[in-house]
Amino acid sequence: MAHSHDISKHVRTYIAIFVALLVGTVVTVGLYYVHFNSVAVTIAVALVIASLKSYLVAGFFMHLNSEKKTIYAIMAVTVFFFFALMGLFIWSFLDIPTPKGL
Amino acid sequence: MDIPYTSKPRPDTGLYNAKVGIWLFLASEVMLFGALFSSYILLRIGADKWPSGLLNIPIGTFNTAVLITSSVTVVMAWASLKMNNFPKFKLYMGITILCALAFLGIKSIEYKDKFTHYQVWLKDGTTQTGHIEGNPYFLNHNKLDARKLDHIMFRSDGGHVVAAAEHGGNAKGGHAAAVKIERKDIQRLSAYVPAHSTYFAIYFTLTALHALHVVGGSLVLAFFWGPGSKMWKTDPERFTNRIEVGGLFWHFVDLVWIFLFPVLYLL
Repeated sequence: MAHSHDISKHVRTYIAIFVALLVGTVVTVGLYYVHFNSVAVTIAVALVIASLKSYLVAGFFMHLNSEKKTIYAIMAVTVFFFFALMGLFIWSFLDIPTPKGL
Repeated sequence: MDIPYTSKPRPDTGLYNAKVGIWLFLASEVMLFGALFSSYILLRIGADKWPSGLLNIPIGTFNTAVLITSSVTVVMAWASLKMNNFPKFKLYMGITILCALAFLGIKSIEYKDKFTHYQVWLKDGTTQTGHIEGNPYFLNHNKLDARKLDHIMFRSDGGHVVAAAEHGGNAKGGHAAAVKIERKDIQRLSAYVPAHSTYFAIYFTLTALHALHVVGGSLVLAFFWGPGSKMWKTDPERFTNRIEVGGLFWHFVDLVWIFLFPVLYLL
């Protein structure tokens, strides 16, 4: 087991991450009321904040920042196939011919 | 027969077996939700119009905070065991379970609101949204016929009214007085259920699947909090590992919601 002293340091980190996640949520909702000119910018901003929040959860609460190689190997394969899934879909969408005049 | 490596790490992986197991399971979960998220993007890009403002943002924000709180309390429960503080584990895990119940309770209120909220498409080409008197669940035009109802008493939403004035409604905000709409004037009637539109179909698919994960996760955590906690006395290291594994699943549930909330409520 890890030493109590090490864990108590982690606890302070967990609380800081908790506050950061709440702030991230408030910022996400706050930006909803700021009307960006571009839909793409709106989506990008929301997804960037969500990605940062998910990094905080995965990296600190799930301890992915300091895991064993086996876990990284599992996640590397997962990330590859996740983006392959998204990429295939985007590829198929881009493949749709645009009617002339549109 | 003893299950190997429940407490001590396997020499080749450096991890106890349950931890490898939960990460493999989470990998499959990433692909499951990934497929649904890609479906969402496909449906949204392919749609002529995509509705917005149909979900309650303050409630969704509050529920997000509830789930984030549960995520920190479950990791604190694990940390408490690491510090040999069993009473604190009980406290933090208890709060986690309460947060899970609160999340589900709030979600069910949101669902109930949708199941009693209607859109009516009239034959003159206009539509109205609002509530039917008596707040019936899941009514639609086919059920009107089956029940031989020749009219509904409809209370329009002020903000969403397209042509309420034609039917005596009030389009200036809030709920208008109930007006009678004859069945013969109704083209289609639907509550905000999956059959209503592509938006609600994907909304209910994603959120219901997520809610099922919350139910499953909270049942496991409740077991660890209750009868399963006896293991702390006999094999504390293995029990701590169980909490870590349960916590990893719970964080994943939180992680999915972190993306679901902006995608469904805000974008």
